[in-house]
Formats: sequence, C-alpha cells, structure tokens
Amino acid sequence: MEKLYQEIILDHYRAPHHYGLRDPFEAQVHHVNPTCGDEITLRVHLVDTGDEPVVADVSYEALGCSISQASTSVLTDLAIGRPLADVFEALDDFTAMITSRGTVEGDEEVIGDGIAFAGVAKYPARVKCALLGWMAFKDAVVQIMAADAEPDPDAGDSESLSTAKEG
Amino acid sequence: MAQEVITVTPEQLTAADIERIRADFPILERTVRDGKPLVYLDSGATSQRPIGVIDAEQEYVTGHNAAVHRGAHQLAEEATDFYESARERIAAFIGAPRTDEVIFTKNATESLNLVAYSLGNATYSPDPAAARFRLGPGDEVVVTEMEHHANLVPWQELCRRTGATLRWFGVTDDFRLDLSNLNDVITPRTKVVAFTHQSNVLGTINPVEVLVAAAQRVGALTVLDACQSVPHQSVDLAALDVDFAAFSGHKMFGPSGVGVLYGRYELLAAMPPFLTGGSMIEQVFIDHSTYAAPPARFEAGVPMTSQAVALGAAVDYLRDVGMKVVADHEAELTGYALQELSAIDGVRIIGPSSTVDRGSAVSFVVDGVHAHDVGQILDDAGVQVRVGHHCAWPLHRRFRVAATVRASFALYNTAAEVDALTAGVRSAQRFFGVS
Repeated sequence: MEKLYQEIILDHYRAPHHYGLRDPFEAQVHHVNPTCGDEITLRVHLVDTGDEPVVADVSYEALGCSISQASTSVLTDLAIGRPLADVFEALDDFTAMITSRGTVEGDEEVIGDGIAFAGVAKYPARVKCALLGWMAFKDAVVQIMAADAEPDPDAGDSESLSTAKEG
Repeated sequence: MAQEVITVTPEQLTAADIERIRADFPILERTVRDGKPLVYLDSGATSQRPIGVIDAEQEYVTGHNAAVHRGAHQLAEEATDFYESARERIAAFIGAPRTDEVIFTKNATESLNLVAYSLGNATYSPDPAAARFRLGPGDEVVVTEMEHHANLVPWQELCRRTGATLRWFGVTDDFRLDLSNLNDVITPRTKVVAFTHQSNVLGTINPVEVLVAAAQRVGALTVLDACQSVPHQSVDLAALDVDFAAFSGHKMFGPSGVGVLYGRYELLAAMPPFLTGGSMIEQVFIDHSTYAAPPARFEAGVPMTSQAVALGAAVDYLRDVGMKVVADHEAELTGYALQELSAIDGVRIIGPSSTVDRGSAVSFVVDGVHAHDVGQILDDAGVQVRVGHHCAWPLHRRFRVAATVRASFALYNTAAEVDALTAGVRSAQRFFGVS
C-alpha cells in the first residue's frame, strides 16, 4: 500500500496546493468520474509572452479521493508559470506512465512529483482518479485554443490568446 | 444518531453447513493481492457461482447445444427442453402463476427497458389493444429517490419521449421511503409506479403492498425492481400482486448475460414488442408483421440459452438451501456488521441501523477518508467491496455524500469476514491518520 500511497501523495492530499477558484481565466471546465461521482471544477489562465503561451494559473475546486486530489495538486505545481508546451509534455508523460500498467517509468525531470503516482499504474481502477484533474486541464486548454482559433468579431488585440473572463 | 441493532433470530446455519456451502463455490478458495484469502463482500454487484451452476452450463454446451425454438432435429429439441425447463423452474421460484409470464432478457436493465420501451411503442401503436398503455402530456410516471439508475433513466427517457411527467417519492432521514405524501404523488394521473423492492445501497426493503394498493386504486401499472430481493429472500410475485418485476441472473448465483422480466400475462399479451426480428413473429409479410404470443414476442433472436439453463440450476441451488435459511443467515451477518461498524468512531452507516425490513447491503462512509481510499486499503487486505455511488447517484446526493463503501453479503459469507471488513476499516483510518 505504501507503494501506491507514497508519502508525497498523502501530503498533497492533506494540504493541496493552489486550491480554490481564481480570476482571471479563459476557460472553466467541470469534469466528473462517472464511476465514483468524483467532481472537479478547474480554471486555466494562459498568457502569451510573445513567443509562446505560458500557463499563468490553474485553479480548482474538487471533491474526490486522495489520488485525484493529490494528482491535481501536483499538476498545478508543474503547470503554473511554465510554457504550455512543457506542461503538455509532462501531461503526455504522466498519462503514458499512469496507463501503462507499470511498464512505463515516468521521467521525474519531466513530471516532477507526478513520479509518486507510478504505483497507481498497477491499479487500473484508480487510473481515472489520477487523470481527473489532468484531463480537465487538457480540456480547458483545448477550449481556449478553439476559442482563439475562431475569428474574433471585435478584432481587437490579435496577440492575446483570448479575453479573460471574470468569474 | 442512535445505532440500535436488532438481530433477527436466524434458523442458524452451523459452521459446518457454511463450510460445506463455501466448498460449492470454487472461487472462494483463491487468494488475492499476494496471497491474502479472498473475502468477497460484493455480492450485491455480482454473486459468485456454485459448481452446480458452472457444470449445468458446461453440460448444456458440451452435450445439447443448438438454436432453441428452431429446427426439428434432436439437438434442437433437447436445447429447447433445457431452455424451457429453466423457465418453468424460475417461474415456480418467484411465484409466477404462469410459466409464460417469465421472459428471458440479458439482464434486469434490459428487463426494465423492455417495459419502458414497450409502453413507449404503445403510445404510437395503431393496435387498439395497445391503447391502454398510451402515455402523453398530463400522464405521470412515479419512481423513488432510492432507485438504481436502471429503474430511473429508462423512465426519464420514456417521459421525455411521450411528454409524460416524472414524479418521485423522497427518502426520509432514517433511510426509508417517504410515503407521507402517498396520495399526492400517486393520483389518477399516474400511469406507472416503478420502485425497488430492496435498495442496493441502503438495504431498505420497501412496503410493496402499500405502493401496489395505491397504484391499483388509480389503475396505474406497477414495476418492481427485484434485483436485490429475489436473490436474498423468498419472493412471491403473485402474492405481491405487482404487474412487472425485473431481476438479474448474476446476482443470484447464476451467470451474467441473463435476466428475467416477469409480467402479468394479460398485460404482456396486449403490449407491443420492444426488440423485433426473428422468432418473435407470428406472420411476416414484406410490408408488415404480426407478433407471437408472450413470452416469444419479447425474445427476439436466438436467446442466451446456456446462461438461461445455468440460471435454472442457480434457482435449484437456492431452492434446495431454502430462501428462509438464506435470508436468516444474511440477516445475522448484516446485524453483526451493523453492530461492529457502528462501534467504530467516524463510521456512519448510510441505511437503516437495524435488520428490520432491511437486506444485506451495508453502505457507509468513513469521516476523513474517501470511499475509494477505504476500498483500496480493504482490497489490500483481500476484502472486496464496492465503492462509489453504486448506480444510485440521486440517492447519494440526497444524503450529501459523493461516494460510499458498500459491503453486501450472501449465503457463503461468514462472521469472520465481517471481522476482516471492520479490521480493514480501522486500518484505513490509521493509514490516513484519522483514527
């Protein structure tokens, strides 16, 4: 059990990082795990630094088990302040490790504390728990990108990713 | 809340009886998670199968397999006899007045959908016999807040398709159906009353006679979800006087892939079909068809024959043990589990605290530890329970819990397994630092 519930997971569970919903944000998503009823509301705020989008904030409120709460907390540590491309690389690496049934070792350089979830891969029923927050993040980013791809009727600042919404 | 535990005096099975019963279920010998003995407390989700059921399926497949109700060769005759014999024994087991009131489906979910879709089809059927089933705006379908999604979503969909209105009974704080507004909910507008015999989460056994009487006063059809009652107590559908009842084979020592819909014959005979195609017809012309009498009308295509045969063997097994013995043994385990779990600080039972009008599903929450995490620690000790909302999300919302842990007992469980459950709960509390 200690392999699954690494101390680092329990620490994030007991004191989740970056918890709560904050402004500004460009997309808010609500994801549920239909098998257990766990829920998450997650907001993403991106800024364009000129050469690449950077994750300025990930904020969330969630109801769920230790695995889902801790993995979302770890995601916020990894994502906030980092270039979106790096976060997506971590997301791909984390997802590959979690869904590998233990055959893919994660790279701690890429996924940080996410490495503590390696044990989850051996419990297929918990994979969705570990991915709940990460999939919500991916969905939110996709929504922001889709909104940006649409022609802006106000045709204002073409450099901005989209207009930040106030909650 | 006070957790008063009343234990029903059982016709007690001796330790030797239980050992003999356990020996009938080969899977109970295996170990899980690095050599831990299997403690299977998830029979409410699916039960394990005795060797006689497994053998019956094998005997049919290896010696008599053919497409039933087709062809005139010897194997087809034998296969048909096996299949129809299972129907007869199942009908007798549930107190169906007629064998042709038992329809084989793939599971209880399909059984309930069969009724809902047939009523929906009646709404658009030109057949005058179907007129009595038509639904439309102004009509009402009544369910309860404690339904499994299988006895809720099909009725939501039927209402959406026909314009009828869905209404429901709530659940009281002591986990019983709230019937204080019985005559406000069941009115002359009510056309269908669909409710569970025994809650798969709370364990609550509902007063079928009260609901049936209220429905009959206004001429509404009654649909009983008997998934959690038929495997665990003696059920006499004729005495209960319901119009329809649904249950699954795999929760009563039978295989998955087979379920039953019981329906009052005169209703089945007037209802339009749900699934159409081969073997459910009377005559087929290029532009229209007429339909066979029940049960064939509702069994389109080659059925799940070996599973139905095995379900017949499961019913034989339960009948030979005796449903009173089954119910008393489970009541004893349930009473013990309620007593032991309530004695743990921070454990809250989501269900009646006594075994009166209560089945063997025992759901609970552990303060400070999510149900998934409790289940994981239990699993590590070999204890297999269900975690989540158990396909009863509205009920979990009613009690403001996202998920519960559910232990559910069957004939083959023991008091020592209840002890393994409570020890596991305590160790989850220690692991997560809440004890």
